Amino acid sequence: MAAGVAAWLPFARAAAIGWMPVANCPMPLAPTEKNKRQDELIILNVSGRRFQTWRTTLERYPDTLLGSTEKEFFFNEDTKEYFFDRDPEVFRCILNFYRTGKLHYPRYECISAYDEELAFYGILPEIIGDCCYEEYKDRKRENAERLMDDNDSENNQEGSMPSLSFRQTMWRAFENPHTSTLALVFYYVTGFFIAVSVITNVVETVPCGTVPGNKELPCGERYAVAFFCLDTACVMIFTVEYLLRLFAAPSRYRFIRSVMSIIDVVAIMPYYIGLVMTNNEDVSGAFVTLRVFRVFRIFKFSRHSQGLRILGYTLKSCASELGFLLFSLTMAIIIFATVMFYAEKGSSASKFTSIPASFWYTIVTMTTLGYGDMVPKTIAGKIFGSICSLSGVLVIALPVPVIVSNFSRIYHQNQRADKRRAQKKARLARIRVAKTGSSNAYLHSKRNGLLNEALELTNHEFIDEQLFEQNCMESSMQNYPSSRSPSLSSHHGLTTSCCSRRHKKTTHLPNSSVPATRLRSMQELSTIHIQCSEQPSLTTSRSSLNMKSDDGLRPNCKAAQITTAIISIPTPPALTPEGESRPPPSSPGHSTNISTTTTSNIVKVSAL
Amino acid sequence: MILHSFLLFYEKGLQTENTVEDEMEMATVRHRPEALELLEAQSKFTKKELQILYRGFKNECPSGVVNEETFKEIYSQFFPQGDSTTYAHFLFNAFDTDHNGSVSFEDFVMGLSILLRGTVQEKLNWAFNLYDINKDGYITKEEMLDIMKAIYDMMGKCTYPVLKEDTPRQHVETFFQKMDKNKDGVVTIDEFIESCQKDENIMRSMQLFENVI
Repeated sequence: MAAGVAAWLPFARAAAIGWMPVANCPMPLAPTEKNKRQDELIILNVSGRRFQTWRTTLERYPDTLLGSTEKEFFFNEDTKEYFFDRDPEVFRCILNFYRTGKLHYPRYECISAYDEELAFYGILPEIIGDCCYEEYKDRKRENAERLMDDNDSENNQEGSMPSLSFRQTMWRAFENPHTSTLALVFYYVTGFFIAVSVITNVVETVPCGTVPGNKELPCGERYAVAFFCLDTACVMIFTVEYLLRLFAAPSRYRFIRSVMSIIDVVAIMPYYIGLVMTNNEDVSGAFVTLRVFRVFRIFKFSRHSQGLRILGYTLKSCASELGFLLFSLTMAIIIFATVMFYAEKGSSASKFTSIPASFWYTIVTMTTLGYGDMVPKTIAGKIFGSICSLSGVLVIALPVPVIVSNFSRIYHQNQRADKRRAQKKARLARIRVAKTGSSNAYLHSKRNGLLNEALELTNHEFIDEQLFEQNCMESSMQNYPSSRSPSLSSHHGLTTSCCSRRHKKTTHLPNSSVPATRLRSMQELSTIHIQCSEQPSLTTSRSSLNMKSDDGLRPNCKAAQITTAIISIPTPPALTPEGESRPPPSSPGHSTNISTTTTSNIVKVSAL
Repeated sequence: MILHSFLLFYEKGLQTENTVEDEMEMATVRHRPEALELLEAQSKFTKKELQILYRGFKNECPSGVVNEETFKEIYSQFFPQGDSTTYAHFLFNAFDTDHNGSVSFEDFVMGLSILLRGTVQEKLNWAFNLYDINKDGYITKEEMLDIMKAIYDMMGKCTYPVLKEDTPRQHVETFFQKMDKNKDGVVTIDEFIESCQKDENIMRSMQLFENVI
């Protein structure tokens, strides 16, 4: 708003005439604008699309790129315009911000691309107008969650995390059982014992067999010792697990307060309390109550089941809907209970003895259970009873779809997260395959590029990564003098570590001792080059030279003709760069000393 | 027969709908100002200045006319600390020379032309017009009081020295003492112009509006 209103400043100043005649003292001078330039059009060329606007429009926001002198960095002297190599679509929105004062977020735009553009132009996203702000925030949140998910899954799949302490490894193992086999084992063992514990609790109460005395005993009392042992075993496992988790937790305080830990504690406390307490009659009642809490062990399954976790999360997020449901139900129950009570007051032997007693009837009717233990007998009672059951259906049916849709949304989000992770893996695999395919083309292009010149200057050679690794492996494994390059061995030797080659610039090459590769060839070439510079008299009529080597050597070698022939025929043709391993040009009469083997890369050097 | 009348009735209904829509459309029809050359001849601005003025005007009011609400909004942005709506109301009435409830670009330009480029006489005339709320040719004490209160409202509460309740009234008294020559309780245009021309402060202030654009 301030942008356009600035144009009305002259009007506001002029309106000051109104209070002049009533002023007590003369008006102060209006502040003159220094450096008032004539307004001019400036051209903004964004990736070929030209935008034009007034300079003053841009200067409305002096703390952004376009409004400050920062845009001078992008000024193109030849075309007298400002060139930005950015997205023209988003620039449209940004320029509109200067014009209208409102920043809009287009829905079709990707949120991270948009954020990047905003950051580039120095505009804070908070300025986005109300019309688009919610959309922007929603998409940003979604994106952040997605990134977090991806990061988590990446972290989990990273092979070796650097220097994780023992405690951190343990915590990771607990949180994500797929990280190591031990974690998986632990996961299943605890799951098994939770199941065992729950089944024991259940079976304990089943009557099994009679004892002399014709008394039906529940299994729990008949095989008391066995059940006690089972219980002890389970509780020991749970205790150990809890203590281990407590030890490994990054924030112990937060862990203690978390829901799962509370469930764990509640699951094992009854046992310990039972141990402590004796079989005193007074407290045994309370003791029995405590055993009820053992059923909470079933909630420990939520660590094992994602669906259960989602259910719990849904209930938590639908707390308001559930609250509304509860509240409306309570209201309806009270109303209908009162009505039923007074309606049935007249009838004799009515079960509706009081309003609280009618609560039971109302609840049973509203949830359409209809036990039939309390039934209205008067006509009025029956009428109100039917109204009660109809309204019950409505009241309960209202908040339920909200909860259901929440659950479905969260569940699908989780499904989507898993699916996305799987898709991402597949996508990365495909990218890797595509990369190796195109990497060769890239290598070819690199051959004639700057990298080559740089390497030449240092007498090194660019080789394929795989070959490089192969070399390293080979060189580390084999170390025997080669008898195939006599001329070299007479003078120099090559080191065995090709890996170090890449980092050193040498002029004296030690003895060659490995099956040569292209790298070797280059080194030998360098050797020979040196040789040739030392022996300029050697000339030969024929040579088949590596073109590159030609270029590289020429500036250094005084000899007009370089007297070496190097042929390197690497075995995998796919890795063969043409420039490197060109067979001798088809000049007739060449007799080249080539001895090639198909199994290894051998360089034959003949210096004539 | 019945069908015929029914159809007639239906058509009429449609027609009224159309006219309603037409009216609505008329309300949003844009007002286009007179040609640039004409305005340049009528006012004392150059073409470039008119262009700049119009661009600012059109940006704020795409429909081409300013109604009082927008006017008040714009004005209140320049004076955020106080309540400038009353003063803006008076200003609006002063700009709206043909009293049709909206200020078109021509009105705007004519008003600004007088205020910024006009003679002292014209400016004083315009100021008198502003103060004379009911445009009857006389400024009464009540009118002056209204104007004064509006100005003080605009300045807001945070002034130094603190404004007292009857400061406007006192101010009005001073003003009338100065301006009302024949002490008849009203100030006519001639009295106003005469008194202002005698006052040095006012004269000096009037000169300051030259280069506001």
